Amino acid sequence: MNLKATELRLGLPGTDESQKEYSSFVKSNKRSSEGMDSSCNEEECATAPKAQVVGWPPVRSYRKNVLQQQQKKSDSDVSGMYVKVSMDGAPYLRKIDIKVYKNYPDLLMALENMFKCSMGVYSEREGYNGSEYAPTYEDKDGDWMLVGDVPWDMFVTSCKRLRIMKGSEAKGLGCQ
Amino acid sequence: MSGSDNRSEMSEDEELPDLGGDATHSSNSTAVSGGGGDQNYVSPSPDQVLENVLENVLCFLTSRRDRNAASLVCKSWYRAEALTRSELFIGNCYSVSPRRVTNRFRLVKAIAIKGKPRFSDFSLLPPDWGAHFGPWLSAMARSYRALEKLYLKRMSVTDEDLAIAAHSFPILKELVMVCCEGFGTSGLASVASECRQIRVLELMDSDIGDDEEDWISCFPDNVTCLESFIFDCVEAPINFEALEQLVARSPSLKKLRLNCYISIGQLYRLMIRAPQLTHLGTGSFSPLEIVAQGEQELNYFSAFAACKSLICLSGFREIIPDYLSAIYPVCGNLTSLNLSYANINAEQLKPVICQCHKLQTFWVLDSVSDEGLQAVSAACKDLRELRVFPVQALEDAEGPVSEVGLLAISEGCRKLQSILYFCQRMTNAAVVAMSKNCPDLVVFRLCIMGRHRPDHITGEPMDEGFGAIVKNCKKLTRLAVSGLLTDRAFSYIGQYGKLLRTLSVAFAGNTDLGLKYLLEGCPKLQKLEIRDSPFGDSALFAGLQHYYNMRFLWMSSCKVTRLGCEEIARQLPGLVVEVITRDREENETSEYVDTLYMYRSLDGPRADAPRFVHIL
Repeated sequence: MNLKATELRLGLPGTDESQKEYSSFVKSNKRSSEGMDSSCNEEECATAPKAQVVGWPPVRSYRKNVLQQQQKKSDSDVSGMYVKVSMDGAPYLRKIDIKVYKNYPDLLMALENMFKCSMGVYSEREGYNGSEYAPTYEDKDGDWMLVGDVPWDMFVTSCKRLRIMKGSEAKGLGCQ
Repeated sequence: MSGSDNRSEMSEDEELPDLGGDATHSSNSTAVSGGGGDQNYVSPSPDQVLENVLENVLCFLTSRRDRNAASLVCKSWYRAEALTRSELFIGNCYSVSPRRVTNRFRLVKAIAIKGKPRFSDFSLLPPDWGAHFGPWLSAMARSYRALEKLYLKRMSVTDEDLAIAAHSFPILKELVMVCCEGFGTSGLASVASECRQIRVLELMDSDIGDDEEDWISCFPDNVTCLESFIFDCVEAPINFEALEQLVARSPSLKKLRLNCYISIGQLYRLMIRAPQLTHLGTGSFSPLEIVAQGEQELNYFSAFAACKSLICLSGFREIIPDYLSAIYPVCGNLTSLNLSYANINAEQLKPVICQCHKLQTFWVLDSVSDEGLQAVSAACKDLRELRVFPVQALEDAEGPVSEVGLLAISEGCRKLQSILYFCQRMTNAAVVAMSKNCPDLVVFRLCIMGRHRPDHITGEPMDEGFGAIVKNCKKLTRLAVSGLLTDRAFSYIGQYGKLLRTLSVAFAGNTDLGLKYLLEGCPKLQKLEIRDSPFGDSALFAGLQHYYNMRFLWMSSCKVTRLGCEEIARQLPGLVVEVITRDREENETSEYVDTLYMYRSLDGPRADAPRFVHIL
């Protein structure tokens, strides 16, 4: 049975199918698009968007699920939503959602209330000089920065965690 | 249960008489010597002596292939072999009925049963297809009460099955379930409480339901004989205190693989109780949310340093990369390291891998990129098995690994025997280089994730690369191909792949010739799985003389027609030809079969096929 002669294909007669571009979405009119919508090089729908094919690439769903869940967790951390807050000398960490705050004064007030400490006012030159405590944060690159140095929006997306340092220690940061 | 290559017409099992229920240990039923039934001592006939000697000798024969050969010599040898075989391997649970097995083999201590075809792992088989453990369990519960080892792969097992098994096999020592589903923690509770002699309990890559059963507490209170306890795939919280006590009263415990609900702090507590561990799965490898900051951070480094026998590490399910340095003390001894759930980059990998000079098995995520693989290549000169999994299993994702990583591995790890490599782009040159640098390759599985993707530098099909692999790697028995492939690739495989037993094909080939080359060229082919490739009926017919010798043939979304499949079924009555159809709309028709799955069976078509399976 020579089925090849009766095949429907897009492409010039006589062209070898192996020349086909990989980037086209392959969809057969003989099958519905739910579930297994892969075909066998029969027809192309060049205008259709690239959809995922069932079971391809061949990675077990268990593994895919685990990695997806990890991605969700790390996304929420890195994009600056819930971050851990520690304070020197306090026995427990806290977690806050920094997206809830509108600006630095908002955040600082919340922290002062949460930890019952005073951090004073930020100045670009002096940092939080004179205060008992100073807020610092770890950014995406793993560096410890003084809270307030960068614009608020940049802070929200780059802050991974917060640490309220003793004022004496924070002096080092402020002087940079 | 495999036939030899040249016996495609007849099965050795069908030739020999069915022993039925009468087969007993003595051979008096052959009635060669007279005096059946009288009470006087009759000196044993020469046949009987020979058989006794044979049985004693056959005890030393362990390889199942050797035993299969021995069983073919003559009836007497067949009987003796059947009575002395204690380990059974059932490669396809539908190839033979449980009753036939228990009738032939009486003294079984260990059994391995495999069920669903591998493509079921990727959702290509609807659920409820089959592979039920139940019927096997019923037969074994009657005949194999002294069972010691049970190994199940891709079987459907229920909680009730596990309860019955726990009850029926009082001296069960090993229970291993890989890629199984259908049960939950309540089934595990039955096993824990009733299998008092259990030494090995291993659950791997299985889908286990959370019945909120505290199964860990079900282990008996006394000292256990546990040597291996693996439950990393159990996605349910467990009673940690009970686990800690279990570990404390299991002095023989050598292998422990924890699930992701175990924090690094809990891991610490377990490790200091079990410094004798050789295999450790670390669980989440990250702390719980609330960390009591006043306390010292636990000295994880010292916990690892105390485990002087540790050679295999895995887990790292939610790793905080900062903690990875804790494993430094054991790196120098590791022969196996599985970081395939740890999303770390090259910089984070390097300080670890550069110490792992004894590493033979390494599983990792592509997040380490080509640079990470270069570090592996530089450090792990003894590497035998490498698996690189994708963080993003998508066709058009950014691919951090490529031909650069593959080439580096081939240059540094000359002893490589097995590789599984997911990537977004590849070149023939790198694959050819690996074929030459790593002549010991037995398993080569390359998955270029974009369908029909050519060599990204030359634009050519990947034919030459895979051709080089089959040509130069003379020990190759397992191959998985991908990328843009023409019929030429298959002609190479047919020409050179003489030892090939397992072949996996997806989105490849042009015409029926491709499949013909395989079926005509590869005499040892046992397992052939093909999806989305344009192979049709005439190619299918090319394998007629081969199918009885194969474990199975899977073809999905290819061009085989129902008529073609029916013809195969007609010509090969010993073959079970399953046609699996997915749900369709009313007006939808297709001349092509969605999925063809066929395998030889000694006992005809199965009785438990669901409605979407048509057995021709």
